[in-house]
Amino acid sequence: MKFLVCISNVPDTTTKITFTPDNKEFNKAGVQFVINPWDEYALTRAIELKEANVGSTVTVLNVGEADTEPNIRKALAIGADDAIRVNAAPKDAFFVAEQIAAIAKEGSYDVILMGKESIDYNGFQVHGMVGELLGIPTVAPAMKLDMSGNTATLEREIEGGKEIVQVATPFVASCQQPMCEPRIPNMRGIMTARTKPLKVVPATGDAPRTEVKEFALPPKKQGVKLIDAANAGDLIKLLRNEAKVI
Amino acid sequence: MSVLVVVECDKGEVKKSSLEVATYGAQLAAQLGTSATAVAVGEASDASLAKLGEQGITKVLYDKEPRLKDFVNNAYTKLIATAAQQEDAKVIVLANSNIGAAVGSRLSIRLQASLATNVVELPKTEGGQFTVKRGAFSGKAFSDVVLNGERKIIAVKKNSIEAQHEAGKTAEVVAFAAQLSDADFADAPKQVVMQDQAGGILLPEAALVVSGGRGMKGPENWNLIEDLAKALGAATACSKPVSDVDWRPHHEHVGQTGITVSPNLYIACGISGAIQHLAGVNSSKVIVVINKDPEAPFFKAADYGIVGDVFDVLPKLTAAVKELG
Repeated sequence: MKFLVCISNVPDTTTKITFTPDNKEFNKAGVQFVINPWDEYALTRAIELKEANVGSTVTVLNVGEADTEPNIRKALAIGADDAIRVNAAPKDAFFVAEQIAAIAKEGSYDVILMGKESIDYNGFQVHGMVGELLGIPTVAPAMKLDMSGNTATLEREIEGGKEIVQVATPFVASCQQPMCEPRIPNMRGIMTARTKPLKVVPATGDAPRTEVKEFALPPKKQGVKLIDAANAGDLIKLLRNEAKVI
Repeated sequence: MSVLVVVECDKGEVKKSSLEVATYGAQLAAQLGTSATAVAVGEASDASLAKLGEQGITKVLYDKEPRLKDFVNNAYTKLIATAAQQEDAKVIVLANSNIGAAVGSRLSIRLQASLATNVVELPKTEGGQFTVKRGAFSGKAFSDVVLNGERKIIAVKKNSIEAQHEAGKTAEVVAFAAQLSDADFADAPKQVVMQDQAGGILLPEAALVVSGGRGMKGPENWNLIEDLAKALGAATACSKPVSDVDWRPHHEHVGQTGITVSPNLYIACGISGAIQHLAGVNSSKVIVVINKDPEAPFFKAADYGIVGDVFDVLPKLTAAVKELG
């Protein structure tokens, strides 16, 4: 079984988001980048399934410029076997999906996993685009993934419940909790990651279909109105008469 | 040329988020000088579909194929693509739901359309450019995105548009056959399991949310959260640490790596307000924070606050809501 795990390089979840003065780009200064937290579920689950199925491999794929390599090495340290970096800035979801589909096709991967969405762009699009480009099923977002031979059984979250879905390889799944407990690299993993293959390839495909013009921060709150705990019930009156939300 | 609105239905009713999407689609159609047609998916009834006229929809396409009752990615994609071609739809509007995202992303490839998810406002369409405002950085920011190409797909964030109700207007419900084959249902679910929702209110769609954090001290105290939620008609939610230790199920986890919500009212009980949690709730219209620590960072993001013990404050709030009647 050949697993392809797509990871993106995103600002750490504690990052205070700011933009360049013209609001055209995210301000990367002083920001720590991590593997997208949703992608960690995909990566760890792929490694668990590889360990349970002798002869399987896990390849990590990132569409990004050279500054993403520390996080690609981290994925190798967690237990992936090799990595591919498509050397291009991830312009939009369509552009990234085309890169992933091209790599997946060329390498005949059986299972293509990624996180539900990236915590920076929040597109929740790439999984379906890759599935459609390759003409294979997508299960998104998946909370559980088990493999038996070439058949996968997944739990797919729907609003208010879940669907149990069975698909045959090849397929795409976008992953979220509680699929597994994401792993962190150990010392041995970090040592071996240094020598694992990391192939850099040029981008292919078409022009992006969308373009970010400008970023903006949410409006600031006016300040909190405090209510004395002894008269907590007054809050309800304010919510009814002043805020008019109940 | 028209605007095609994808309407999700459940148990015969149109979902709240789809009423918002229908409103968005009708307003966009008016802006573009055309009409809005809907295509229904899920378990719908003719009566509830006809009522989409209240949101400004003129016509609803409905395929009564029984296997479309549950979500099937391939079948839904083909159904909507067929409707889009029949109606010559240049813009397709759907909910930014798990169904909307799964179908919208496939449709964008099939119809060679540009796609924006998490959209919070009507687009700007002056000067031939089509620009939408969407949420980015997990609720920490917004971005204006230009959609290129002839066809566009927009997934509208829940609770960002208020559904309009113009009483008395009805839409024409038209039988529609997308000619689906067995192969289109190959990825049909084997089983569908629905959760017990507190009071039947789904968190992602809820207008009011009561949420608990570690300050609740344990799952045995959640009756305080549930009592207030029930009195208000609100959904319940929790912070990440709470779902991590299994006090509450994962689908209640609100935050950067859980779900982001934008209700009219979010009441946070015993939640300190880590930046990752704030990202998930900061588009709520009104935020109330109850915490015994006056230094809790959440107070900075709140509209109303009570510095006090949740075990003392929550029963008082529940009683006050019941008094209002």
